[in-house]
Amino acid sequence: MSTVGAGNELLVVEDLKKHFPVTRGIVFQKEIATVKAVDGVSFTLREGETLGIVGESGCGKSTLVRCILKLLEPTGGRVVFQGQDITGLSRREMRPLRRNMMMVFQDPYASLNARKRVGFIIGEALELHGIGTPAERKRRVQELLEVVGLNPEHYNRFPHEFSGGQRQRIGVARALAVNPKLIFCDEPVSALDVSVQAQILNLLKDLQREFGLTYVFIAHDLNVVRHISDRVMVMYLGKAVELADRDELYIHPKHPYTGALLSAVPIASPDIGRARKQVVLEGDVPNPINPPVACNFHPRCPRFHQGHCDVETPPLAPIAHDHLVACHYPLERWPMDIADRSVAAAQPVESAG
Amino acid sequence: MSEPLLDVRDLRTEFSTDDGIVRAVDGVSFKVEPGQVLGIVGESGSGKSVTCLTVMGLNDPKFAVSSGEVLFRGEDLLKVSKSRLREVRGNEIAMIFQDPMTSLNPVHKIGRQLAEAVVLHEDVSRKQAYARARELLKAVGIPRAERRIDDYPHQFSGGMRQRVMIAMALINNPDLIIADEPTTALDVTTQAQILALLKRLQEDFGSAVIMITHDLGVVAEVADDVIVMYAARIVERGAVRSIFNEPRHPYTWGLMGSLPRLDVNVERLYQIPGQPPSLLNPPVGCRFHPRCAFAMPVCREKDPRLEATSGDPAHEEACHLDGETKSREAAALVATLTAGAVV
Repeated sequence: MSTVGAGNELLVVEDLKKHFPVTRGIVFQKEIATVKAVDGVSFTLREGETLGIVGESGCGKSTLVRCILKLLEPTGGRVVFQGQDITGLSRREMRPLRRNMMMVFQDPYASLNARKRVGFIIGEALELHGIGTPAERKRRVQELLEVVGLNPEHYNRFPHEFSGGQRQRIGVARALAVNPKLIFCDEPVSALDVSVQAQILNLLKDLQREFGLTYVFIAHDLNVVRHISDRVMVMYLGKAVELADRDELYIHPKHPYTGALLSAVPIASPDIGRARKQVVLEGDVPNPINPPVACNFHPRCPRFHQGHCDVETPPLAPIAHDHLVACHYPLERWPMDIADRSVAAAQPVESAG
Repeated sequence: MSEPLLDVRDLRTEFSTDDGIVRAVDGVSFKVEPGQVLGIVGESGSGKSVTCLTVMGLNDPKFAVSSGEVLFRGEDLLKVSKSRLREVRGNEIAMIFQDPMTSLNPVHKIGRQLAEAVVLHEDVSRKQAYARARELLKAVGIPRAERRIDDYPHQFSGGMRQRVMIAMALINNPDLIIADEPTTALDVTTQAQILALLKRLQEDFGSAVIMITHDLGVVAEVADDVIVMYAARIVERGAVRSIFNEPRHPYTWGLMGSLPRLDVNVERLYQIPGQPPSLLNPPVGCRFHPRCAFAMPVCREKDPRLEATSGDPAHEEACHLDGETKSREAAALVATLTAGAVV
């Protein structure tokens, strides 16, 4: 659980931006537009907590993580890890720091090298960081296999000999190998079946308790995020629209987009699910090349106020203790009443075409 | 009750592979009444998709062998000629697939693809077919349908493409729509739009729907009746409220307990040990017994039959446990979920 307080900040992200140029021409590339995949995101990560990041596809959650890890070069902003500004570091300078920040990927089929044995895949990071002798490394890998619930004798097997859930366990073991402080999990369970998903979620929770890990957990599944996270950040079109403690966010959402997301999730109980009032958003997520001005949610927002929301960008500001929201007209109550809506039905927005 | 729309009896489908014979569907029977929404849930490899592909006659005849009966309005679709099957498909029974990008032809305008479906089954002019296509695009909520009818699939977003697929499925006013994971590839807000649309259209057009999904939430929202499949067989079936409020099969308990939920706080998820069995060589007896916390000696030997034990004749499960234990465990599970409920 999160231990709130100053001084235990593991990671501070300030106004992080990643803009991708859209170019035309092959030899002489002319920049004709930019996609603001991540556009000024700030948050603080406390040691030992799990921060969930949710949003629909294209909201920039994966790009954000790749920028923090410097797998992509951010366009602007600052990333401070354990008090050290890592934004300007070269690849070589980054290398020793990478030990502390590992990643678990979404697709357990694509993220393991099919031609390497499991022992090599898990032990590679140890070798790269020059940790231990070959014999020690082998022992460590076997220990890791056991920690993630696999048989240490599977050391010499290839990834294809494992099921999806087992492969994801290998992915977790690989991330754990060098004793990192922080693990970024990018949709680690979305490719798995429900029963296997529960095994991996439980494993991640157990490992966190055992090794004092900090997680950044990206997912589009709000059920999963609720289960695993201490705090949750909601992203829309490259921006953070709401950030709060898990229960606060799920019980008292303030941003209309968060509300719409929550009400869109099907509930596995016919009695509850069918009784509630749904807020069905019209249209699709707009084209990020040409996002709406000011609050970029305004064309789909049930609480849109003309002349304000489409003119002035709302800042991400505190609304309650540990609860930040970027909205001029945050929700007063949840579930939303019909009276809380300022427009009857927003015009459908189209993204493509 | 009058004659059911679809009556599937003891359906079996086998695929021959290099490793041996895979029994992907192994003795599945169910009925669909006109206007009914039937949800089929199960994990990957449980046979839910193959069941429906077999109903539609869409398995590759080179590798698949099916037996049993698929009675659609009394006519056995497994026995009819190919041309008769083509008449039924897309006209009386329509299918919506998971991935709208791969199930639309990328080189033809969507208007043409929609109109083609009309012309194939009805004796109408091109003009009439296009008019019908336009009307359907409007019905599924595509803005500016008159103009978008001349667009190619890539010009549509994922949600819009799935709407086009639904329009195509509805265009000949089918009596039965089979939707195979229609919202799995979509974002949650888009999924809510598509589910609301399907529900509304299903009421307007009066079609019956078979909804195949791995998502218990989707089933709880849309289905009237639910079938739970595991390892090529039906393990439990019943009305949606009775399945969710009093599940009676250990696998269903496992599924419900292992599902993280928006509306329920639990510290630790229930975890079904192991993984689904290989259908090349499924376990003897009850197929769930190697993963079942309640397994008894009899489960290793005897195949349980689907039977009603709760007093509700429509609620059947295939499990050797005595009715009392089932009721007790179901109550305990529901109590845990209720205790964790938030708001």
